[in-house]
Amino acid sequence: MNAFLLHWTFAIPEIWVLIMACVVLLADLYLGERLRDVAPVLTVLTLLGAAVLTFFEFGQSGTTFAGLLVMDPFTNVAELFSYLAVLMVVLYSRRYLLDRGIYRGEIYVLLLFALLGVMVMVSGANLLSIYLGLELLALSQYALVAFNRDSLVATEAGLKYFVLGALASGLLLYGMSLLYGLTGTLELRHIAAALVNVTSSNLILVFALVFIVAGIAFKLGAAPFHMWLPDVYQGAPTVVTTFLASAPKIGAFALIIRLLVDGGYGMLESWQQLFIALTLVSLVVGNLIAIAQQNLKRMLAYSTVGHVGFLSLGIVAGTEAGFASAFFYTIVYVLMSLAGFGMILLLSRAGFEAERIDDFKGLSQRKPWYAFLMLIIMFSMAGVPPTVGFYAKLAVFQAVIAAGYVWLAVIGVLMAVIGAFYYLRVVKVMYFDAPEPESGPIVRDDFASATLSINSLALLVLGIVPGPLMAFCFYAMQGVI
Amino acid sequence: MNASLLSYSIWIPIVGGLLVLVVGDRRAALARWLALIVSLLAFAVTIPLYTGFDTHTAAMQFSERVAWIPSLNIYYHLGVDGISLWFVLLTSFLTVLVVISSWRNVQTRVAQFMAAFLIMEGMMIGVFCALDAILFYVFWEAMLIPMFLIIGVWGGPRRVYATIKFFLYTFLGSVLMLVALLYLYFHSSNSFDLLVYQHTPLGMTAQLLIFIAFFVAFAVKIPMWPVHTWLPDAHVEAPTAGSVVLAAIMLKMGAYGFLRLSLPIVPDASHKLAWLMILLSLIAIIYVALVAIVQEDMKKLVAYSSIAHMGFVTLGFFVFDSVAIEGSIIQMLSHGFISAAMFLCIGVLYDRMHTRNIKAYGGVANVMPIFAALMMLFAMGNVGLPGTSGFVGEFMVVLGTYQVNPWYAILAATGLITGASYTLWLFKRAIFGGIVHPEVAALKDLDAREMLVLGTLAAFTLLLGVWPAPFLDIVHTSVQHLVAQMAVSKIPA
Repeated sequence: MNAFLLHWTFAIPEIWVLIMACVVLLADLYLGERLRDVAPVLTVLTLLGAAVLTFFEFGQSGTTFAGLLVMDPFTNVAELFSYLAVLMVVLYSRRYLLDRGIYRGEIYVLLLFALLGVMVMVSGANLLSIYLGLELLALSQYALVAFNRDSLVATEAGLKYFVLGALASGLLLYGMSLLYGLTGTLELRHIAAALVNVTSSNLILVFALVFIVAGIAFKLGAAPFHMWLPDVYQGAPTVVTTFLASAPKIGAFALIIRLLVDGGYGMLESWQQLFIALTLVSLVVGNLIAIAQQNLKRMLAYSTVGHVGFLSLGIVAGTEAGFASAFFYTIVYVLMSLAGFGMILLLSRAGFEAERIDDFKGLSQRKPWYAFLMLIIMFSMAGVPPTVGFYAKLAVFQAVIAAGYVWLAVIGVLMAVIGAFYYLRVVKVMYFDAPEPESGPIVRDDFASATLSINSLALLVLGIVPGPLMAFCFYAMQGVI
Repeated sequence: MNASLLSYSIWIPIVGGLLVLVVGDRRAALARWLALIVSLLAFAVTIPLYTGFDTHTAAMQFSERVAWIPSLNIYYHLGVDGISLWFVLLTSFLTVLVVISSWRNVQTRVAQFMAAFLIMEGMMIGVFCALDAILFYVFWEAMLIPMFLIIGVWGGPRRVYATIKFFLYTFLGSVLMLVALLYLYFHSSNSFDLLVYQHTPLGMTAQLLIFIAFFVAFAVKIPMWPVHTWLPDAHVEAPTAGSVVLAAIMLKMGAYGFLRLSLPIVPDASHKLAWLMILLSLIAIIYVALVAIVQEDMKKLVAYSSIAHMGFVTLGFFVFDSVAIEGSIIQMLSHGFISAAMFLCIGVLYDRMHTRNIKAYGGVANVMPIFAALMMLFAMGNVGLPGTSGFVGEFMVVLGTYQVNPWYAILAATGLITGASYTLWLFKRAIFGGIVHPEVAALKDLDAREMLVLGTLAAFTLLLGVWPAPFLDIVHTSVQHLVAQMAVSKIPA
């Protein structure tokens, strides 16, 4: 076997997902309308299969395809969580899509391709493969956002996302090209080695870092690169919004780990400053603007910006524990937003999106169980114990204080208090206000309802026993520096 | 059994509360009975804590320590000493009374109401038992959720404003404490153990900053002047049972925080800022008591009186005298009984008349003699009459303070006079005199259930007032230890 194919087995999960995406596409094409359910079922099987394949690769490490892809604990753990995120989206999706007449196989194919993009980003060890993964993800996302082509807002959101997303990809690519020009290699570990001889005041390097960080910030949704986020979150079909807030965030986090940690850890001090600025602006902008929102999807979008601010605190710390806590925060954020948008999905019905905060009025009287679940979700996002959201914040605060940035932690906790206000408002309308007379019935949807129950209760259970999940995230970051 | 008594005390009410939630609001009667059984069971498991308590040691007893989040070095570490034991018992005891007292007057969403109180009970006991900083913080914050809902769902007309104010005030107060606890982690060779913190050397600047962070958290909770404004709002809007728990237990947590965290962990800063704390305490005792006099709303009056009484507690802490600190703890306990009883008495009136305005009453003693007699006893306790529990605590605080600085004691003693004036004036206007309003003439005296609740509290008020020795015995060794600990500077040489 030649050197290029050495350890090719590391890429089996990616290959599996790629093949299955094509299978789903073809199967759906030939089976047609009547057997539409085959596509989501096959997608679920694909994800479960991928999970099994990844599971068998735990503990191995190394690179393959001449250093294009890498396998380390982070790859495995992040891929597992990405499957989980997509799985939840698929489980939530069926009735919502049916009600809107967009229950088509392509959406699942696009989800699988997007997942493949995330997987390549997570396991990329080369600027080229990372960029390819990113673009695969981004193109699938643009199509997904505009999937409901008869909807004006969705199309507008899709176009907006495409234009701004292309700009961000361009920034990132420009940063990468500068890095390549400086070091003469595309492989991240060689870049890391080459950067040892470059002083941090090197102007080209500074430019490269600024462009790369800006690109990452855009993909993550950190302020001031967040302007696409509220419009896209609001305009996209809620199923797609649910997806946007899940696996792609893991991919964006992987960009940080791969580009800035694997590649540019030697330049920590340079990009740390950039992240401090991003953190501060995100915390303030996200939490303050969220207060003014009347639309829950927009509110959650701004809350995403705030959450990105919190998770960046862990990045700012720049230590292994810091990256681990940021990763933990990312996973927790993904779980929380899956549940949050899942709730909107569940309360929506044909011709009605339960996306205004007022649509939640009196939910505790209309459907006490959903209100209780939403209560857990909101308190978890606010970071109130005993929900897992608290431990996510705790971990990043701990990391950032350990790194000596007590003042950042103080700003962080104050912003958490401001954040508590708008999450509390949702709880307030659910529990303290009377239902609006015109609020229609809640459509029965046992499947999504069960998924949401598990999803939300997980936030509570993980809040009581956060140890294993945290240990898992710390394991993923072992030896990352 | 003994080894995990504290865990039982915490988790029986929480699991029981979840069970009550499962029973559901439609089966209200079953929910009530189940809640009563759970609360009695939870009280029963705390009794062995008292009978098995060793009064000769200041060490933590009934300790439990299990790794909880190994990645962050957080332990599930519980234990009680003489300082915390009474509050565990007070919490489990009062929850039983709260369940009984809400038997009839809560008719909407009964199961959710009972469940909220039971879950909150477990969390409050958790605060008093936790010896790991993060565990402490988790219980401390988690408690806000049930209280937020209790005020917001079952409260009065302005409940939404009051409950959001309550939540944000206390949340803001406590997040800074979290930063301080995390900071301490890195100065105590990566430990979250509160007992380790007590032996961690700290420079003066660090101590002052930590003290201030703790102070914000605890001062809001107690509440101390000038961050007390959430309390009257919360009390007025909260349902009776909510007020009882708020006044009798939650306020004590702030004071407990001073004893468990501020004083032993940052003793030098405590000494340095004692003047400020004494000043704020005296303002609470004198000024807030004056504010109480002019209140028209009975609940508001008692709320302000609570703030004034907590002023004695904090005053007692910061003169660093063992008599005064013991007095403060007894005062906390006594206030737990008396304020609970006062709010229940107001609840009794409110259930019948649906107003808390003092002017709407007058001459209640004519139609409700048993009630008037019991409330008289609690009013006397509130005043601090010898023979009631109120006297013991305030007397010890004033006595201890006098030894340190007579002027403080003299100023604090004026609080006893103002306390008498607002309480007795309230009592005179509402209970004595002739019947002015026809509604009052139609009032019925206490039923057996109300008598049971108030009678039990009356018995404890008298017991603590006449024979405080058993209460003090438990507290004594731990307070001696605390005072000795505080006398040693922690600033590294």
